Amino acid sequence: MPSLQSLRRKIAAFKNTQKITKAMKMVAAAKLKRSQDRILAARPYALRMRGVVSNLSQRVNRASHPLLQKREGKKVEVLVITSDRGLCGGFNGNIVRKSSEFVRQCEAQGLQVSLSIVGRKGRDYFRRRTWPIRQEWTGIFDKLTFEHAIDIGGDLTDHFVKGAFDELHIVYNEFKSAIQQRVIVEKLFPIDAVAEFGAAQAEGTTGGSYLYEPGEADLLNIFIPKHFQTQTFRILLESAAAEHGARMAAMDGATRNAGQLIKKVTLHYNKTRQTAITKELMDIVGGAEALK
Amino acid sequence: MAGKILLEVVTPEKLLLSQQVDEVIAPGSEGEFGVLPGHCHFLSMLRIGELRYRVDDVTNHMAILWGYAEVTPTKVTIMAEIAEKAEDIDVGRAQAAVEKAEERLKAGGLPSEVKEAEISLEKSRLRKKIADRSRKTGHA
Repeated sequence: MPSLQSLRRKIAAFKNTQKITKAMKMVAAAKLKRSQDRILAARPYALRMRGVVSNLSQRVNRASHPLLQKREGKKVEVLVITSDRGLCGGFNGNIVRKSSEFVRQCEAQGLQVSLSIVGRKGRDYFRRRTWPIRQEWTGIFDKLTFEHAIDIGGDLTDHFVKGAFDELHIVYNEFKSAIQQRVIVEKLFPIDAVAEFGAAQAEGTTGGSYLYEPGEADLLNIFIPKHFQTQTFRILLESAAAEHGARMAAMDGATRNAGQLIKKVTLHYNKTRQTAITKELMDIVGGAEALK
Repeated sequence: MAGKILLEVVTPEKLLLSQQVDEVIAPGSEGEFGVLPGHCHFLSMLRIGELRYRVDDVTNHMAILWGYAEVTPTKVTIMAEIAEKAEDIDVGRAQAAVEKAEERLKAGGLPSEVKEAEISLEKSRLRKKIADRSRKTGHA
């Protein structure tokens, strides 16, 4: 049976932990609010842009722009988006598991895989594995701006054009709600017609030829890279919001668990104390009896 | 909805407008273009300018600073870097911005700075113009 003093210490330790997890939860909640606003605001723009590009990709001659090319290649790039910090529940674990699974699938099909990683956690994990890491970005989530998207999107488009890979998939956490994230594998290169715009085709709205102003080539040169930056930015924002959501949920759980532990140990402590008192009392009563 | 076309204006910050309208006039990079329902497919870059859209007999104005427009027979999607509805523009601030930009232009400096000043002057003049117009027509 542990001593009263060690129990008291244990309770104090749990209380300290609880204070920390509670504070982390509050911080995550505040950050979540901000990043949630950002992603919700950025979504309509990014989705419409994707719609336009997907329409466009069916129409224009793919050879007319390097980023629209479809190559029968064997090289696949996977961009894995994780967080920089831990203590956010299954957030990074889910991503890492899904990407490993995906990479193995690709390898089973005889494809050659390389990785690009955003976030310290993913980097640390994949460094210990055998797959080659082509590029990594860490420490961007503290101050996420469009510049980061331009940076990452630019690097990926450059390497695609150079032929470093023929397909690009992104694995990231989509922000569904404050307590729910979904791991998504999305194909970014080459551009395919997106399924959700199949409806537009059915209406026949994609038929007929387009007019372009200025010329087709000029427009594509500006529009397509912009599209990738926008999509990259959206995905980074999704991940940031999802991370804060996951952390908030994880810390909420941790705070509650700490509360339960404190209750349990406090009960145990009180019982032990009472036993000790009873024992002492019995000793005194026993001593008094003996004197009679 | 016969005789109407869906106009959607989105910026990286938000979905600004989604409405059935009768006519859209947008500032294309090669000149203004008008869109009526049933327009042919069209994709254009936009420059700094004024977007007008008519619902029944009321014409509304909006400031557009760069972007893209996709037109299909039933829908116009404007993806603007920045867009502001006329009634949201603060006339006083727009005026102040015009003056500041003019001053900067006068001060001169490196070619890149002059270019920047020119752009901000054009931007602020446009906002001022649109804001003034909406006040005249008794919007705000």
